Amino acid sequence: MSATPHEGTSPRIATWDLRDLVEWDLKIRAKADEFGLDYYPQEFELCDHTGMLGYMAYSGMPSHYPHWSYGKSYEKLKTLYDHGVSGLPYEMVINSNPAIAYLMRDNSLLLHILTIAHVYGHNDFFKNNFTFKSATRAELTIESFKAAAMRVRRYVEDPSIGVEKVERILDAAHALSWQCRRNFAIKKLSPFEQMARAEDTAQGQADPFQKIHARKNIEVPDFHKVPLEPDEDLLLFIRDHNPFLADFEKDLLSIVDQEAKYFISMMETKIMNEGWASYWHKKILESLDLDQGLHLEFIVNHNQVCRPIPGQINPYHLGLKIWEDIYRRFTTPTKDEIKRDGPPAKSGMEKIFEVREVERDASFLRRYLTEDLMREMDIFEYEARGEELVVSKVADDEGWKEVKATLIKSVGTNSIPVLKVEDADFGQNRTLYVKHDHDGRDLHIEYAEKSLNYLQRLWGREVVLETVLDGKRSLLCCNDRGFSVRALK
Amino acid sequence: MSGDTIFREYRISDAERSDRSAGDRLRHRQKVRESIRENIADIIAEESIIGKNKDRVIKVPLRGIKEYRFVFGDNSPGASQGDGDSRPGQVVGKTGKDGPGKGDEAGDRPGVDYYETDVTLEELVEIMFEDLELPNLERRALREIQSDYSSRRKGYRKVGIRIRLDKRRTAKQRVMRMLASDKRNDAAARALEESKADREIGADADVEGALDEIALEEGALDGQPLDENALADSPGIAAFQRVRKRYPFHQNDLRYKHVEIDTKEESNAAVICIMDTSGSMDTMKKYLARSFFFLLYQFISTRYRNVEIVFIAHHTEASEVTEEEFFHKGESGGTFISSGYAKALEIIAARYHPSLWNLYAFHCSDGDNFDSDNPAALKDAEELAEICNLFGYGEIKPMGSRYYESSMLNVFRRIQAPNFHTVLIERKEDIWPSFKAFLAKDRVKEA
Repeated sequence: MSATPHEGTSPRIATWDLRDLVEWDLKIRAKADEFGLDYYPQEFELCDHTGMLGYMAYSGMPSHYPHWSYGKSYEKLKTLYDHGVSGLPYEMVINSNPAIAYLMRDNSLLLHILTIAHVYGHNDFFKNNFTFKSATRAELTIESFKAAAMRVRRYVEDPSIGVEKVERILDAAHALSWQCRRNFAIKKLSPFEQMARAEDTAQGQADPFQKIHARKNIEVPDFHKVPLEPDEDLLLFIRDHNPFLADFEKDLLSIVDQEAKYFISMMETKIMNEGWASYWHKKILESLDLDQGLHLEFIVNHNQVCRPIPGQINPYHLGLKIWEDIYRRFTTPTKDEIKRDGPPAKSGMEKIFEVREVERDASFLRRYLTEDLMREMDIFEYEARGEELVVSKVADDEGWKEVKATLIKSVGTNSIPVLKVEDADFGQNRTLYVKHDHDGRDLHIEYAEKSLNYLQRLWGREVVLETVLDGKRSLLCCNDRGFSVRALK
Repeated sequence: MSGDTIFREYRISDAERSDRSAGDRLRHRQKVRESIRENIADIIAEESIIGKNKDRVIKVPLRGIKEYRFVFGDNSPGASQGDGDSRPGQVVGKTGKDGPGKGDEAGDRPGVDYYETDVTLEELVEIMFEDLELPNLERRALREIQSDYSSRRKGYRKVGIRIRLDKRRTAKQRVMRMLASDKRNDAAARALEESKADREIGADADVEGALDEIALEEGALDGQPLDENALADSPGIAAFQRVRKRYPFHQNDLRYKHVEIDTKEESNAAVICIMDTSGSMDTMKKYLARSFFFLLYQFISTRYRNVEIVFIAHHTEASEVTEEEFFHKGESGGTFISSGYAKALEIIAARYHPSLWNLYAFHCSDGDNFDSDNPAALKDAEELAEICNLFGYGEIKPMGSRYYESSMLNVFRRIQAPNFHTVLIERKEDIWPSFKAFLAKDRVKEA
C-alpha cells in the first residue's frame, strides 16, 4: 500500500507508542486466527522515510549485493518522493520465515492497525500460495540474500577481479534475468531425464496387438543436441554450457538467477496477493469494533488504497473486487448464477482459501474475472495508433473475452517475452540459437538489440534470436561484427 | 497461533546505518558522468546547449545507463480500467509513455526508464574540461594582476614599528600594570585620581620620552627603577613622583597599531570573437563559429575571474557589435580579413591593455578573402599573436566546399608564433577535437 501525495489523511504527529502497536497486533492476530489465516511468525520493524526508500531500492532485502542499478533506483525513488510525485508505501513485506515487514514510523495509529492487518494477509498468502511454496524456501530467504551479498562484495574487493569485471557480468545478467522458468511447480528435468523421456517417446507405448499392426518406424532422437529440450533458463544454461566463464562469473549468474526466481512469484501473484491482503485488512478492521474516529479514518484510507484508477489497473482494487465476488457467489449467489453454475458446492470461505492456494494471477483472472465484473469496472483494451493510444475494445458482449485475454497477457510474467535456447551449437559453430515464442506481440527491437549484446557478452560467441517482426520470421544476429536482422523464409 | 510477533523499535542508529545505498549511488553517478563524457562531443554539438547561461539545466540524453531487457514493442495492446463509459475509438493517452497511466512492474515495457539526466551547464563545462586531459594546462598559474591596494587598521600588537605606536594605549597599559602591582596599589590609586586630568593631556609626550629610555636600557626588569631625572619634567609622571618613586614604562606596555594591507588580485581575460559576416557565411557556418566561440568563452570563464567578451563582425569593414547582431545579422559583400584584425587591435589598445588583460582572440571565417588583403591580414595577425595569450583562426568549410573555395590556411601557415593556431572545421563533430587542439597551444606570457 502506498500513500498518495497530497491526499494522505494521516496526521504527522505520532500519537501512539510501541505498546499500542503490540496491543493492537494481539487483537488483530486473534481475529486472523479466528478467520483461519495461516501465517509465518511476523516481525515488524519501524523505519523512517530514508530507511524505507533504502529498503525499496533493494526490494525490501535487509542485505543485498551492491550494484549501481540500485543506486539509480534509490535516486529515482527519492526524486519522485521529494517532488511529491509518489508517496511512500505504508509497509513492505518480504516473503521469508519469519516474515519481515517495515512500518513507516510517521504513520498514524490507524494506518498502523490497517497495515498490520494487511501484512498478515500477505503473510498468509506467502505461506500458502503454490507459487511461493514451489519457488522459494522462506526460512532461507534472508540468509541466501545475505550470503550472495557477501560473495559479490568479496569479488568486488578481490584485486584480481574488481568492480569492473563484476559489473560486466551483472549488467548483462540483469538484462536477462527474467528469461527463466515461470512456473516452478513444474519440475525441470535434468539432461538425463530429458534423454530418458526422449527415448520413451521414440519407443512409443507397448502395443498389445503388435502382431496385427504394422511395425512402427522408430525415429532415433538426436542425443547429441544441446539442449535436448528447449531451455528457458538462459542464465543457468550459459553458466552450464559456456566453458570459458570463470568461477566467479558462474557464481554471479547463479546469484542473479536465484534472485530473479524469488521475485517471479511476487510478479505472478501481484493482483491476487494485494487483493487478498486488502480483503483481510478490511474484514479484520470491520470486526475490530473501532471507535468512530478510527473507523472513519479507516474508511478513508481503505478507499484510497483500493480505489479504481482510470487509465490503470490498480491491483488492490481489481484483486479485492474479485475476491469479494468469489465469496459472494459462493455465499449468496443470484438466481441467474445458480441457473448458470449450479448451486455452490462449498462455502464462500472454503472457496477463497482454496483459490488463494492454487491460483496465480493469470489463472485467477481467467477463472474468476466474470463478464459482469469487467463491465462494472469498465475494463477496456487499448492499442497504439500512430502517436495515440486508442481504446480498441470494451467489455461488451462481443469484446469482453478479448479484453480479458489482453488483460491476462499483461499480468505477471506474461508481460515478459518467452525466449528459449534451442541449440547451443548452431551450424557446428557454437552459435547460440534462441527462439522467441511469438504470441502476436513483437519484440521492441532496440531493447532486443541491446539485450542480445548482453547475451553475446555472456555466451562469448555469436548469438542468434529467431522472432517475428511485422509478421515476418526474422533472425536477429549478434556477433563480433555487430548486430544485424535477417529475414527467414 | 504462531510464535509471538516481534516489534523492533525505530532507532536512530538504524536510520544512519540504513544509508546503505551510498556506495551504489556513487557508482551510479560515476557511470552517469562517464556516460556524459563519452558523449560529450555529441552533446556539445547539440544546438540547444550553445549560448545558454551557466545555471541553466540541460537534459542530456544518456547511453549505457539504461537497463535493457527483452520487452514487447509497440504492437502489443494493453488493458486498463476506464472511468465508466469507455468507448472504442476514445483516445486515452500517448505512445512512448507506458500505457495510458503507468504500469505496475517497472521495466516490463520500454520507455519507463528515464534515460535523460539533468545537469547544469556549469557541470557540463566542468566535465568537458576534465575531458580535455591537458594537465599542464591545469597547473599553470593564472596571471594575476594587483589591481587594488589599500591598508586598514586591524587591532593592536605588542610589537611594531615606532611610527605606529599608540601612545594612549601604551600609557593605559602602564597604569594598569601599576594598579595591578599589589605593593603600590593604594598609593597608585590615590595618585591616579589626582593625576587624572593632567594625564589626559600629558600622556603622549610622556610615553614618547619613556620609549627613548627603554630603547636605551633594553632588558630592564619589571619594576626596576630607571633613571629618575630622565622623566622628571613630564607633568603626568610628576604626579606620581609626588607620592612615590617613579613608576616607569616597560617594554610590555608598548602597544602598536596593527595595519593590514589588502591587495586585490584580479585576473582579467578578454575574449575577442572576430567573425566574417560577409555574404558567403551562411547559417551553418555561423552556427559552427558560434559553437566554437561558446566553448572558448566557457573555458576562459572557468579560469579567470573577470571575463569580458567582445564581438567584432567584419566584411570589408569591421565594427564592434552585440552578441545578437553578431550571430543573427546577415551582411553581404566581400571580405577584408585585415579589417577585423585592425579593429581588434584598436579595441585592445583602447580598452584591454595586454599588461592587465589576458587576451584570447579567435577568428572564424570561410577563408574567402580578397587576395589583395592577404599581406595586410598576415601582418595584423602576427601583431595579434604577439599581444594575445592565444590567437586562433578557424576556417569553416562545410563538407566538400574546401576543394573549390580559396583558403586562408595556406596564408597563415607563414606565421611562426607558437600561440597562433589554425583549425579547419567541416562538421559539428569537428568542433570539440579542434577546440582541444586549439587550447593545447595556450601559453601564459610572462607578466
